[in-house]
Parts: sequence; C-alpha cells; structure tokens
Amino acid sequence: MKILVITELRQGKWNNASFETLVAAQQIAKDTSSTVSALVIGKGVGSFADELAAKNVAEVLLVEHDLLEAYTPEGFGIALKQVIESAKPDLVLFPHTYQVRDFAPKLAAMLGKGMIGDCIGYRNEGGKLVFVRQMFQGKTAADVTFTGAAPWFASFQSGAFRADLLGAHPSGKASMNSVSVTLSADQIRTKPLELFKEAKSAVDLTQAPLIVSVGRGIKAPENIPQAEALAKALGAEIAASRPICDEGWLPMERQIGSSGQTVAPKLYLALGISGAIQHVVGMKGARTIVAINKDSNAPIFEIADYGVVGDIFEIMPALTEALEKAK
Amino acid sequence: MNIIVCIKQVPAKDAPLAIAGNWIKESDIGFEMNEPDSYALEEALRLKEKHGGEVVALSMGPERVKQSIKEALAKGADRAIHIAEDNFAQLDPLGSAKALAAAIQKEKADLVLTGLQSDDHGFGQTGVLLAALLDRPHATIIMQIEVQDGKMKLKRELEAGWFQWMECPLPAVLTIQSGINKVRYATLKGIMAAKKKEIATVSRESLGAAHEQTQKIEKIYVPTKTKKTEFLTGTPKEVATKLVEKLKFEARVI
Repeated sequence: MKILVITELRQGKWNNASFETLVAAQQIAKDTSSTVSALVIGKGVGSFADELAAKNVAEVLLVEHDLLEAYTPEGFGIALKQVIESAKPDLVLFPHTYQVRDFAPKLAAMLGKGMIGDCIGYRNEGGKLVFVRQMFQGKTAADVTFTGAAPWFASFQSGAFRADLLGAHPSGKASMNSVSVTLSADQIRTKPLELFKEAKSAVDLTQAPLIVSVGRGIKAPENIPQAEALAKALGAEIAASRPICDEGWLPMERQIGSSGQTVAPKLYLALGISGAIQHVVGMKGARTIVAINKDSNAPIFEIADYGVVGDIFEIMPALTEALEKAK
Repeated sequence: MNIIVCIKQVPAKDAPLAIAGNWIKESDIGFEMNEPDSYALEEALRLKEKHGGEVVALSMGPERVKQSIKEALAKGADRAIHIAEDNFAQLDPLGSAKALAAAIQKEKADLVLTGLQSDDHGFGQTGVLLAALLDRPHATIIMQIEVQDGKMKLKRELEAGWFQWMECPLPAVLTIQSGINKVRYATLKGIMAAKKKEIATVSRESLGAAHEQTQKIEKIYVPTKTKKTEFLTGTPKEVATKLVEKLKFEARVI
C-alpha cells in the first residue's frame, strides 16, 4: 500500500499536527508493509520539503504554484486532486486541522471518494484497516472501515499520535520530487484577506509544552493568582475549563476543550477540573496528565497518570514551593 | 436573498445513550435540533431580516425530525423541506450530502448554511461536501457575515486564537460556528404562525440521489480506559515532593 501524508504549514511554520500524522503513517506502514510519501504544498516551501526528506519516508512530494501562496480550499483542492491522480496513493492521511476540515472532504468528493475524519487511532485486522473515531461528543467510540476502492482519505485528531516518535531516514535522505500542477486564478472563487487575532495577548496553547489548567474547583477569581504562581514555578502556560472563561476569570483564549483549544503538551496539570467530556477532548492527548481534585470519583482521574485526591488550596502552594526548590 | 438552512435532529444532550450495534436505541430518548445548526438558522433569519428574501429549513430523517422542522418554522423560517429517510443514521457523509444537494438543486438559493458539525456523528463534512456537489464556493467555521454588492465579507475562525477575513461571491455554502450570534426563542405567535407554513415532504429515493457507501460504521462502544492512575498520598508537602520527583525522574516532563 502507498500512503500519502499531506502536511500543513501555518503562516510560514510547521503545523505540528503534521508530524503526528506522519507518525501515524509510519506506524500504519510498518503494520501493513506499506511506503510513506510526504507532501508539502505552497509557494517557496522547498526548505520544508528538504526537512521532511530527512525523516523516515520513501519520498517527498513538493507541490508549488504562485496561486498556492495563500491557502484557499479551491486552490488546494484542485492542485491536490491532480497530485493524487498522478501519484496514485492508496491511503491519503491528513492532520485534522481547521484547514483540512475546510478542503479535504471536498477533495475526496471530487474524486468520488469518502473521508473518515477526526480519527483517534486505527487497527489492522488481517490487512483491513479499522479507523477509530469518536461519536456523540466523545461519549462513544466508533470503528469505521472503508467500503469502496482506494484511494481512501482519513484525518487524525491532534494528539492522537506522538510527534516525538517520528523516525529519521535510515540512510540519509529520501528522494524529492516536484510535482507541477495546473491552476488558474479564475478557478479560485474565494479571496483570503488579512489574518488577525481578537485579543492582543492571545497565546497559542497548542505549542506550549507544559500547561497548568484550572476548573470550577478554583472557586473564585481571587484564587487564580495561586494557580498562576504554580504555573510560573513550573514554566507553564495557564489555561482553564470553559466555566472559568465564561465567568471571565481568565480570558477566552485560554480555554481548553471542544469549544476552546485542543492541546497535547508534555504535561497537563489539572487543578479542580472534574473532567467533563467537553474538556477532556481538548487535552486527553497530553503525554502526562496530573489531576488534583477533592472528589475521588471525578472522571478526570480516569485519564490521569498521577492523581492526588485533596484540597487544591493546600497542594498548590506546597507544589509551588517544591518546584522552586527543585530548580 | 434566499437562504436554505440544513438542520439535523440529534439525540438530546442529556439523553442516556443505549448502544445498539452501530447506532443507538432511539425508542426511549428525546431529540433536539443540532446546536450548531440552530446558530446557522439564527444567522439565516438575521440575514433575511436585513436583506429580505426567504429562509427554507431543510432536514432529512424519519418522521421525528418534523419536530425540529416545526421549531425552525416557529422561529421564523418561511417554509421547510423534509427528506424522508428512516435509515438516515446509516448514511455516510457523502450519501447524506448527495440527498441534501439534490433537494437544494431544485430550489433557487443564494446561500446554503449548515452548522459546522453535528453533535451525534460529528463528521463535520456536510457543508463542504454540499459545496463540492453543487459546485459553489464555500467557507467554513464562520463567525461573521456581511453581504454587499452580491458578495460576502466573512470572518473565519482559524486555530489558536486566529481569525481571517475573506471574500466569497454568491451563491455559496457556509458552515457556521457556534456562538456567532445569540439564538432566539420561538414566540407563541411564531408557534401559531408555523402551523400554516408549508412542509414539503419528499422521499430520498425520489430525489434520485443514489449512492454507494464509501465507509461503514462497524460498531460503536463505550471507550475503554487506557491509563492506570497512580495516586499520591500524604500531607500536602509530601505529596508535592513526590509529584515533583515523579515528573522529573519518571515521566521526565520537567
């Protein structure tokens, strides 16, 4: 089987979810004796393709065109359709980003195919790939299989695979192939304009390696500084569950969960967070989860690596002190 | 401006889900309008109030979805189309979109709106697929719509706190982000008026939207717990010291 990974750049930088999807592809390839090709699309993005060639992939495809400088769903869709028709992959994998949600289902449909989106894992059942995704907002999981002929399209949720497991190329560098595509300006009907952030201090929690997050257990806005002191001692970003941001105790941009950001940091320290599914979907990809909560039945403990049943107002200052000492 | 809003009816948020094969037992639970779609409906009503035209609610499913259709009519939609399909929970995203597209093609809509995803399947593909099938430009996860001179200026939500302005000509398809507006309640007057409004029912077969499934949900199940939690005990000071050690030398994350 030939697997093609469509990587994503965001404002001239890697979107890290690309590497998670490459890891997924490498694992599927190992399980099914397949090869992995990685694709970079844009304008003037050769250095990113170079970087990918050092990873454990059989080939890197570089797709460049003046009209691909800024992302548009039609530009990317039309270009990638041509690449898929010529490269003939069996399985096309994407990171499940907002951008992928915007064009990938249409790309698959233009080829008369379907897409299984937002997968959290896969299984190889005697050569047949079973994709696992969530339904009913995480209350259930679902096993989904492709029924028609290849190519098949699937995307993986952020945090489903660990980007740091990405293997290097065994013997130097993968081959690099430029693929030319035909694209004209009149085929692109939408026009992207300026990018902006709502709040000046907006932070990108998805890139934070360490996160301290507070929930309803924090009780009052005047207690937030205690959590912030702990975050500072840890060198972590502060974040919160939805109710805290709805109350305005922390800005909306620091919200983790289905309506906020989805993160997969090295460490996620949950203070007084019960672990409602709307929150958990945004952080369960964290490598290490620590939960501190006074309720031993809180669902957050179901996904925690380390748990402390106790009063956060006693443990926060003690932990801050212990971290300062350990520096 | 004529607008079609696609509305899905989904199990109520607090409904206890009893799994049955690859779907749920529908007999004992309540259903409601998919929340993201209710924002799309509200946006359609606001655009109509500003620019004139009509709002058509479009929904597919068994007889029960008429309840959500009536809610849309009570809130101000002018008429509705019900695609009757008892087995619609088994359709893949492309199969659903083909049926909706076939119904939309019979209409003269300037704009098609959907919510960004459904709270049950959560495929999040319908709007984008409709754009492909209808060959219209589209934009997703929209937080603001301004209509001017036959085109739209849109505010699109990106990841990590970023937004982008973009221009999109009409006709087009948009998927609407939850929270774009404040959803209205149906008034008693609206509920009474809805009784006189037209609900055109068509079967999915009659639309000629034949479809070979591209994917199949084999089964659904309650996810299994994958992690074993190590609980740390002692005085706050002891717990803090133990935790720092664990994070440093065992998890090696600090």
